Amino acid sequence: MTTSTGEAVAFWILGPVALAGGLGMVFSRNAVHSALWLVLTMLSLGGLYMVQSAPFLGFTQIIVYTGAIMMLFIFVLMMVGRDASDSVVEVLRGQRVSAAILGIGFAALLLGAVANSVVVPLAVGPAPGSNVGNLGLLIYQRYLLAFELTSALIITGALGAMVYTFAGRAKAKVITQRERVTARLLGPPEKYGSRSGPGVFATGDSVATPALLPDGSVAPESLSSIIEATARERLGHATELAHAGDAHDQHARDHEPHHEAGHEAGHEARHEQSEIQGSQA
Amino acid sequence: MSPTNYLLLSAVLFAIGTVGVLVRRNAIVVFMCVELMLNAVNLSLVTFARLNGSLDGQVMAFFVMVVAAAEVVVGLSIIMSIFRARRTASVDDANLLKY
Repeated sequence: MTTSTGEAVAFWILGPVALAGGLGMVFSRNAVHSALWLVLTMLSLGGLYMVQSAPFLGFTQIIVYTGAIMMLFIFVLMMVGRDASDSVVEVLRGQRVSAAILGIGFAALLLGAVANSVVVPLAVGPAPGSNVGNLGLLIYQRYLLAFELTSALIITGALGAMVYTFAGRAKAKVITQRERVTARLLGPPEKYGSRSGPGVFATGDSVATPALLPDGSVAPESLSSIIEATARERLGHATELAHAGDAHDQHARDHEPHHEAGHEAGHEARHEQSEIQGSQA
Repeated sequence: MSPTNYLLLSAVLFAIGTVGVLVRRNAIVVFMCVELMLNAVNLSLVTFARLNGSLDGQVMAFFVMVVAAAEVVVGLSIIMSIFRARRTASVDDANLLKY
């Protein structure tokens, strides 16, 4: 069985290219160059598959190997850093020389075995029908169990990659909603509700806190129709002002300068004023 | 040309991959050499399938590709986690179990 001339031409072009790619991968110092040489080898191997009446495997080789796997390699190479080239220091003395001798011997052994033992049978053409269709029939009938097992293998591989990715990362404590609410209620009272807007000097912004007019009376527009407002008597210091304001309006108006002066009058006065202005806001 | 040439080419590529695994220090390049060995075996599988006139060898090569894809995913993530832990991708530096 001999091959056609076209196949011989393809082999003598693609085979040396594949060999050169392999040698270049082993001998180039830079890891990225090695990856590119390997891409060359895999591309020419895909061509060789197609020549040998295996077009499906040829395209799979090009798409999966050179497209996906080598892209993954180059991705990882870029993450590790392009400068991560080999160290020149030999940890084991004479390792390279002995590896080269062993490799040549191994190649000679394999070549001799193959050349002497493989008996090329009589010419057998490719099976009738399309290559892809026949492969599909084989994979989904005779090799169905193996095919299903590969799906389990791939899922396991993906899970393993995720485990390795997240390994060693300290697990952050997850705060539940209940803990968040408890912490907020135990904390300072300003955190109960949302914060007041900028420019507002307020201590309470609950809906239940009625707004006080400048004379200290409760503004009726600020009362909610559905929520019972805090009684005016429970509004603290504002209550006294409110009583004073009820007495007569002139007195409340007289209070304004007093509050202006309250800025210097110490903590109590400031607190009082802040409460009133907050209620107004 | 005899189809045995494909087998010879596959043998030489496999030997090159072996030498690469033995010689190179960068773990990623070592891994690429393993991939080259897998590809060489795939070539011989396809050639045998053609010599025998059956498609079983091609199915085997297909499964080798699938397994190689899964292997690459796990292997590269191992290399990445070693790199994150030790800031190196060299196989000589992963020697915690040595002493």
